Amino acid sequence: MSPRNPYVRPMDGWWRRNPYYVRYMLMEATSVIVAIYALILLVGLWRLSQGQMQYDAWLAALRQPPAIGLHVLMLLAMIYHAYTWWKVLPKTLPLLHVGGKPVPGLLLSAAGWTATLAVSVVVYAAVRWCGI
Amino acid sequence: MKRSNAPIFWSLFGAGGVLSALLAPVLVYITGVAVPTGAGMPPDALAYSRVLAFAQSLHGKAFLFAVIALFLWHAAHRIYHCLHDFGVHPGTATKVVLYGTAFAGSAAAAWLLLAIGL
Repeated sequence: MSPRNPYVRPMDGWWRRNPYYVRYMLMEATSVIVAIYALILLVGLWRLSQGQMQYDAWLAALRQPPAIGLHVLMLLAMIYHAYTWWKVLPKTLPLLHVGGKPVPGLLLSAAGWTATLAVSVVVYAAVRWCGI
Repeated sequence: MKRSNAPIFWSLFGAGGVLSALLAPVLVYITGVAVPTGAGMPPDALAYSRVLAFAQSLHGKAFLFAVIALFLWHAAHRIYHCLHDFGVHPGTATKVVLYGTAFAGSAAAAWLLLAIGL
């Protein structure tokens, strides 16, 4: 055992010290919700494959107040996920040029937010009025 | 030189990120809020016969598989890298657990969609 005892800066809770890092962690945490939602859909698909009684039981489970509350929270998380995904898009793409000028990052983010809004309206309308 | 497998996982992460940024809010709203509460959605919007017909169509199968599989791959990749921020260093074990879960979920979705048939 070495007699030296070098100082190691503790890293516990490092991200709680700065609101910027808290927002970063919130963004990363939305991926857990993405996974949970995919698993909820997978269970629905499994119940669908078993027959009407099992599928209706899955729908009934989604009508339970705790399930609705959970989905409201998940909806907020997914809105934050969509917002941050497009917000950081300009940082993950190589710099784009149009006519020799760099495309401003905010324009790319705005295009993404617009796309999410448009897709949401189309999917909602399709399910509501056209019966998926 | 051994080729890195990172681009594959990153592509799946990126594709899942785009798909979930476009679709996750409205899907969670429809299946988790609008249909269960009946707010702004007819009660039979996700009725058994309708959803079964959707899952039996080829475009429906493609949609359901893409959503479930890519959402899982997106999450697995992001959680894998986020664990590092909490002091769990990336390694084979965490990789196997996370990507293995995404693979198992994708395989299950594909199998169920095949079982549902045309």
